Amino acid sequence: MTDGLRLTVDGVGHRYGGLQVLHGISLTAEPGEVMVLVGPSGCGKSTLLGIMGGMLAPSEGAVRCAGDVPPDCLNALTYVFQDFSLLPWRTVAGNVALVLEDRLSRTACAARVAEVLALTGLTDFATAWPRQLSGGMRQRVGIARALAVRPACLLLDEPLSALDAQTRDLLLEEFASLITAAGTTTVYVTHNLAEAVRLGHQIVVLSRRPGQVRDVVRVDRPLAERRAADPDLMALEQRLWRMIRDDAAVAERERIDASD
Amino acid sequence: MPRIDGPIAFRGGGFAPSDRTWAAVATLVGVVALWQAGASAGVIPTLFLPAPVSIARALWALTVSGELWKNLSVSLMRLAVGWIVGTVFGIGLGLAVGLWSVLRSPGMALVSALFPIPKIALVPLFIIWFGIGEGSKLVTLAFGVFFPTVIATAGGVDNVPRGLIRMGQSFGLSHTAIIRKIVLPAALPAILSGFRVTSSIAIVLLVAAEMIGAERGIGAFVLSAGNLYDTDNLLAGIVVLSVLGLLVSWVIGRLERALLGWR
Ligand SMILES: Nc1ncnc2c1ncn2[C@@H]1O[C@H](COP(=O)(O)OP(=O)(O)OP(=O)(O)O)[C@@H](O)[C@H]1O
Ligand SMILES: [Mg+2]
Repeated sequence: MTDGLRLTVDGVGHRYGGLQVLHGISLTAEPGEVMVLVGPSGCGKSTLLGIMGGMLAPSEGAVRCAGDVPPDCLNALTYVFQDFSLLPWRTVAGNVALVLEDRLSRTACAARVAEVLALTGLTDFATAWPRQLSGGMRQRVGIARALAVRPACLLLDEPLSALDAQTRDLLLEEFASLITAAGTTTVYVTHNLAEAVRLGHQIVVLSRRPGQVRDVVRVDRPLAERRAADPDLMALEQRLWRMIRDDAAVAERERIDASD
Repeated sequence: MPRIDGPIAFRGGGFAPSDRTWAAVATLVGVVALWQAGASAGVIPTLFLPAPVSIARALWALTVSGELWKNLSVSLMRLAVGWIVGTVFGIGLGLAVGLWSVLRSPGMALVSALFPIPKIALVPLFIIWFGIGEGSKLVTLAFGVFFPTVIATAGGVDNVPRGLIRMGQSFGLSHTAIIRKIVLPAALPAILSGFRVTSSIAIVLLVAAEMIGAERGIGAFVLSAGNLYDTDNLLAGIVVLSVLGLLVSWVIGRLERALLGWR
């Protein structure tokens, strides 16, 4: 494994009009590691992820990336979306081929589509339309599409939160092994602390708006060795919850003021 | 204390009309049969409204003599060319208005100002500009088709989910790839339902333009039959137009099914 991509967030702040959303954020997503962002609703997690992937220009500060990208990488910074963002007029295979079809030969494209469909258990659904799939299957297409471009960094914004609890548990395990196998640098935004302790090498706790880094917790146990009922992880989950509980309660009450 | 006692009555029915093809066919056949019966019985004055059988006979005669095709072919040609020209330019401007701020307000201002003009009123002007020949008819059709196409296309582009465009950007797709792979397919349902509107507008304008100044064409044929009090041929021409309308909407239906199968 060569040296992967390192993302360095340096003094990032962001304002929407007069609304200060992020303030003085400095973080480093280490090569091949998973950085999880948690924090109360509206604290700017999606905003920060948008800035990290170049989809939003920060009001202050900058994000730098440095390191090697996979040799056949077609899109270094690649998102997986909460709402899946599949094209309804393309089949599963068509969605996965979205970027490949313009950049690879026909046979290389077909081979890579087949490979990631197999990896995500979608082989039998290659010709299905998105509307025919359950939410869990749609998000598998989302992750297959992302893996197909051989990203150097995966950016996931609450990829499981539109799914029911059982599907979420199933996909969480699949994500864990896919991410471990791919070895890409990963930034994962979630509300769900169980997801955070299952996936994170670094768990970044943001304060309520304006979001600031409140704490960064390192979890050194390899992802492959983490078990759902692990007492250490459950204790960590409790600790994280105590950190954000008060902020979350206040943020919940602020929602009405923020939305008008 | 009020009490209830007894089986639960079903109250969830209704509000689900279903399609019955046989009823549709039976209605049309029934109306024609009644019409024929009324004409045969002398209740309907056939000088003013000829019987279906007479219309059919007239249609047959026109077909055999080649008169029908002589007029129909000219009309179909005008319809196809005028509609295609209006549609191509309309989709072009609609996309431009939907995609680029520079063109948006100027484009929409012109469209909003010109769209409400009844296009039939422009036929005499177009005859002055483009002559009595094919030019003025094609321009009338294209003009009438153009504006609704612009509006349908721009509306379709406006309603493309922002999230899908951002997805395309995040995957590094180029501007043209985003238009080709995301914007156009997402706007396609709106564009195709625009076709339904513009094809019927095109038929109306075709007939109007042919009535104002043409020697051939179904519109001209209907008008001259009327001038001669030849109601058999007049209605034969109208039947041809209604079949044409049905045919066009059938073609659009097929197109929708082929292109929008994913829905
Ligand atoms: N485009 C925008 N314009 C104005 N305000 C915005 C915009 N996007 C987000 N906001 C506001 O900025 C704040 C942070 O939004 P963001 O979506 O980054 O938070 P989040 O932590 O991802 O929230 P959630 O947990 O609900 O997903 C919120 O108060 C939101 O209302
Ligand atoms: Mg969010």
